[in-house]
Amino acid sequence: MAINNINEQPIIHETTIYAEPIFNIGSFQVTNSLINSWFAVLIIIALCIFLRLNIKKIPGKIQHIFEMFLEGALSLCDQVTNDRKMTLKIFPLAASLFIFILINNWLGLLPVVGSMGFLAKEAGHSVFIPIFRAGTADINTTLALSIAIVIGSNIFGIIAIGAWKTFNKYVNIKALGGIFTKFREDKNVLIVAPITFFVGILELIGEIAKVASLSFRLFGNVFAGEVLLASMGAIFLYLLPTPFLFLEVFIGLIQALIFSLLATVYFTIASQDHGEHEEESHEKGLAHA
Amino acid sequence: MEKEVVDAVVSFAPVGKGLAIGLSAVGAGIGIGLIGGRAMEAIGRNPEATGKVLVPMLIASAFAEAVAIYGLVIAFSIK
Repeated sequence: MAINNINEQPIIHETTIYAEPIFNIGSFQVTNSLINSWFAVLIIIALCIFLRLNIKKIPGKIQHIFEMFLEGALSLCDQVTNDRKMTLKIFPLAASLFIFILINNWLGLLPVVGSMGFLAKEAGHSVFIPIFRAGTADINTTLALSIAIVIGSNIFGIIAIGAWKTFNKYVNIKALGGIFTKFREDKNVLIVAPITFFVGILELIGEIAKVASLSFRLFGNVFAGEVLLASMGAIFLYLLPTPFLFLEVFIGLIQALIFSLLATVYFTIASQDHGEHEEESHEKGLAHA
Repeated sequence: MEKEVVDAVVSFAPVGKGLAIGLSAVGAGIGIGLIGGRAMEAIGRNPEATGKVLVPMLIASAFAEAVAIYGLVIAFSIK
């Protein structure tokens, strides 16, 4: 979005898709969204220390509220994994993801964020650089989270069902080997096995698609919300952005929920073997009937 | 030289940006409308199940909307 400033007096703040660097530690650029992420981590640490120090056997009001949230979140996770033991293994990661993304999204809605900043000279004209920016409005944050989740789900799969089975999900050597062993029983195997092999290769591309979709969904929603609020504020600053602020609060919550829900789903799928999965679904079908 | 002069005046980048978000919005609008419609049918058949239908509907709508957001990100990144 290049705007030609004919006269340099009006300084237009264009929200850039890339977070602007504020200062450098050595050769490491600290961007404004990174400052927000640190702030979110500080808030989480303070909250955790406060809750841990005040924990009692008979819960007080605050502890009771958090325990209610915990019950609700555990039951939601149970609906995905269908196994309490698996839920207890995956839940800490999914819940931390949820809290981190939620606090980052909501911190981006404070009036301080996006408006406090300084002027810098860039390529001839002055550019306004805000000091704070929503942590998840930076593609680096969301990309890092999604890469970590996808790689983590594969590592979880290796731990749960073993490296050979996980490897066979992508490079399906077992199917190719089946050509020789099952040839006498079922002639179809000659055609089905190469197709199964290529489906496995497509799964590999699917993993990259997972990374892209996770990161872009979160980044796009938060960034588009920022731009929307800035545009509404530019049209008429009083009362007009209010419904959009409520929308952004809601969207921040939903996107955090979806990210952690999808992470749970990926972890669950990675820990399930194809053969066992079919047996389980058959059992469930019989149980419901 | 003419090409550079013409390119400076007539640039198709805004058309690209408009098409990127416009076409993705069509798909997302149809998707979310269908999801909402089916959810309304389900609630109409069984009003007591409103709470159970609401949360999955919201989650499915967020997935459908995310595809339009992909288009929006591309629209923002076109110079």
